Amino acid sequence: MIQWISRMLVPLIISYIVGFGLLSKRPIFDDFLAGAKDGIRTAADILPTLVGLMTAVGVLRTSGFLDAVSGWLTTPAQWLHLPAPLIPLTLVRLISNSAATGLVLDIFTNYGPDSFLGMAASIMMSSTETVFYCISIYFGSVHVTKSRYTLPGAMIATTVGIAASIFLAQK
Amino acid sequence: MLNYLWGFMLLTGILWGAANNSLDAVTQGLLNSAGDAVKLCLTMAGVMSFWCGILEVGNRAGLIEWLAYKMEPILTFLFPDLDKDHPARLPISVNMAANMLGLGMAATPAGLEAMKLMQEGKQSKATNAMCTFLIINISSLQLVPVTMIAYRSQYGSSDPAAVLGPALIATGCSTLAAIIFCKLMDLGKAVKEK
Repeated sequence: MIQWISRMLVPLIISYIVGFGLLSKRPIFDDFLAGAKDGIRTAADILPTLVGLMTAVGVLRTSGFLDAVSGWLTTPAQWLHLPAPLIPLTLVRLISNSAATGLVLDIFTNYGPDSFLGMAASIMMSSTETVFYCISIYFGSVHVTKSRYTLPGAMIATTVGIAASIFLAQK
Repeated sequence: MLNYLWGFMLLTGILWGAANNSLDAVTQGLLNSAGDAVKLCLTMAGVMSFWCGILEVGNRAGLIEWLAYKMEPILTFLFPDLDKDHPARLPISVNMAANMLGLGMAATPAGLEAMKLMQEGKQSKATNAMCTFLIINISSLQLVPVTMIAYRSQYGSSDPAAVLGPALIATGCSTLAAIIFCKLMDLGKAVKEK
C-alpha cells in the first residue's frame, strides 16, 4: 500500500495539474516554461549554500569528528531508540534546512540512500520543519515575543514526525 | 544562527583534524565536497526546473485558490476564533495550500501576511490562532518532497520515490499530533474563561 502510494503520487499529481490547466484553457506550455525558468534560478541560487555547507560537513566527516560524536552518543541514543548517526541530523534539522541537507547527503554517501539510515533521514527531512527558524521568522515579523505554547507544540509535532520516520524506515 | 553553526562546523572539524593529525585528509575532504556540491547542483537543476514548471501550470490555472476554497471547513475547525469573514482566513489557506504543493516561495509571504492580520493591535503576546497557525505550519504539510527525491536519485537510490508514501504518512502523523495539541490548548483556554 505504502509502496503503491509512492509509485503513483508523482504521475498522479502531474496528470492532475496538466488536466486542470487544460480544462481552465491556460497556455500550459508557456506557464510551464515560466515556472521552469524559476526552477533553474532556484537551483543556481542554492549552489553557493550547498558548496558552503557540504564543505563544512566534509571537513567534519574527514576529521573524524562526526564518527566521534556518534560514538559518544551511542548510549543516550539507544535509550531514545534513535540510531546514533541520526542524532547530529536531528539537532541540526531544528535550526537550518540547508545544513541538515548537508548531513543527509553525508549519510547517503556513507550508508546509501536505500539503507535504513538513508530511508529514515529521507523521511525525516520530508516530514519535519526547521522549528527555530520558522518561529523566529513568523513571530519576528510581527514582533511577537511571548510565543506561549508554540515551541512545545512544534516540538511535539516534530518528535512525532521523527518517531514515525524511524518506524516507517524499518519496513 | 547559520553563521555560528557554519563557523562551528568548520573550526571544530579543522581543530579536530589537527588534534588527530589528519589535516591532509581534511583539506582533501573539503576540496572533494566542493566539487560534489557543484555536480549535485547541476543534475538537480533538471528535476527542480521540471517540477517548478509543473507547479507553475497549476498555480496559474488557479489551483491554489481552488484548494484554499476547499479548505474552508478545515479552517473553521482549526481557527474557531476567526469569524467567517476574518481577513486572515484567505492568506492562511493560501499558505497551507502552497505548503502542501511544496511551493515554499508562495507560502511564506502569505503566511507572514496572515500573521500580521491575526495580530489584533500591536500586542507582543501570541493569540491561540497565531500559535495554531505556526504549529501546524511547522508540523510540515508538504505532500511531495521533490528535492529529497532528486537527492536520492543523484546518490544512486534504486527507488528514489520510495520515500513518498512513508513521508506522506509521517507528515500526516506529525500534523495530527499538532492539531490534537492545539485543540487541547483551545479547550484549556475555553475552560479558563468559564
